[in-house]
Amino acid sequence: MKDFSRKEIDYVLDTAEKLEPVARGEERSRLLDGKIIALLFFEPSTRTRLSFEAATQRLGGQVLNLGSVEASSVMKGENLADTIRVISNYADLIVLRHPLDGSARMAAEFSSVPIINGGDGSLHHPTQTFLDLYTIRRESHLEGLKIAMAGDLKYGRTVHSLCHALSLYGAEITLVSPPELRMPLEIVRDLQKNNIRIRETDSLENIIGDVEVLYMTRVQRERFPDPEEYEKVKNKLRVTGDLLKNADPSLKILHPLPRVNEISPEVDSTPYACYFEQAFYGVPTRMALLALATGVIE
Amino acid sequence: MKEKRDLKIQAIENGTVIDHIKAGQALNVLRILGISNAFRATISFVMNAPGAAGIKDVVKIEGKELSVEELNRIALISPKATINIIRDFEVVQKNKVVLPSYVEGVVRCINPNCISNSSEPIKSKFSVLQSEEEGVILRCLYCEHVISENIAENLL
Repeated sequence: MKDFSRKEIDYVLDTAEKLEPVARGEERSRLLDGKIIALLFFEPSTRTRLSFEAATQRLGGQVLNLGSVEASSVMKGENLADTIRVISNYADLIVLRHPLDGSARMAAEFSSVPIINGGDGSLHHPTQTFLDLYTIRRESHLEGLKIAMAGDLKYGRTVHSLCHALSLYGAEITLVSPPELRMPLEIVRDLQKNNIRIRETDSLENIIGDVEVLYMTRVQRERFPDPEEYEKVKNKLRVTGDLLKNADPSLKILHPLPRVNEISPEVDSTPYACYFEQAFYGVPTRMALLALATGVIE
Repeated sequence: MKEKRDLKIQAIENGTVIDHIKAGQALNVLRILGISNAFRATISFVMNAPGAAGIKDVVKIEGKELSVEELNRIALISPKATINIIRDFEVVQKNKVVLPSYVEGVVRCINPNCISNSSEPIKSKFSVLQSEEEGVILRCLYCEHVISENIAENLL
């Protein structure tokens, strides 16, 4: 995500906005007519894969699916470089999701067609960041945004790249997490170097009245050796109807999903809830990335 | 006394002398230069030799002048090392090592989940940065992990 300038991000988001009526099925498009998009998913991710499929088909393109890894030549010991070299002869673009860090960069070295990183290892998931930015722009605003990121800020890759991208727009960022799951210091330092105001806290109550976007993430039970600790943390980082009584009326709540219990179901029907719309915005955002990467939109 | 010390660091007729290596790093210098059993030139080295600026290591490679690119890799583990090219017992060229901005296939990425540590047909690639606080920093061009200490321990 760090490879993108603000101008480039804005261009992707502008393109997504133009394509949104197509994503909603209100308009038809043949932009990807005759194009084949290969989806190489080496680990399960239903949401990302389906939204790429939907994006391709809404633009009139065809999808080539790797299918399950167990049934493919990967099980025969083929390396990723060879798989990419072969598949790039069959398709006009490859969307790759792979468990190893840096796999998308390597794939780009071996591919004769563009690669879109659909999530590699534990570090990057740039299309998620684009859709998060698009959601914020559509539902709130990007410039000088007051945003809180809550939950697992230590391991959560979506919050790391989102923080970086938001720093290009001069955000004020509040980090809400238990001490065990705080944002890594080097990322906080990087943000501060970009003149981003950061504050850290461990409770949503203190800050809920003072933010425009609340970005929730899941706290995983397995991060805590002591189950009691987990229970305590879980309750502190839970969005409920009660908590929202003090919220700014324009507050929007985002979540990359799947959620477990960090947002109580009663919140779903409030105007604050934005996470299902956010999941939809994955389609126009990925349409924009597909169209730009294949060159059908310049 | 003087003579005995001279014996330790005997002059060579032609080749490369790497001087002012950080004490204890001579073997790592050989590794970083890719010098292995298959290397045919005569190599001698001294470790922990007293010098004007404290103890140092020295490596001499006879009959072979290594390329600047190869030699500059030494800056990763010993930024103050100097390179002397010797011809007919004379120093014809003396340079400090210069930190390269990029290295390939020299250091292993410390992230076990990095694609460069898998069985893919690629070499590790790092961009090299120098920071005043942390010294030499390597950033993996695949996974972006940073190595800021113990670079010598991660030589390939």
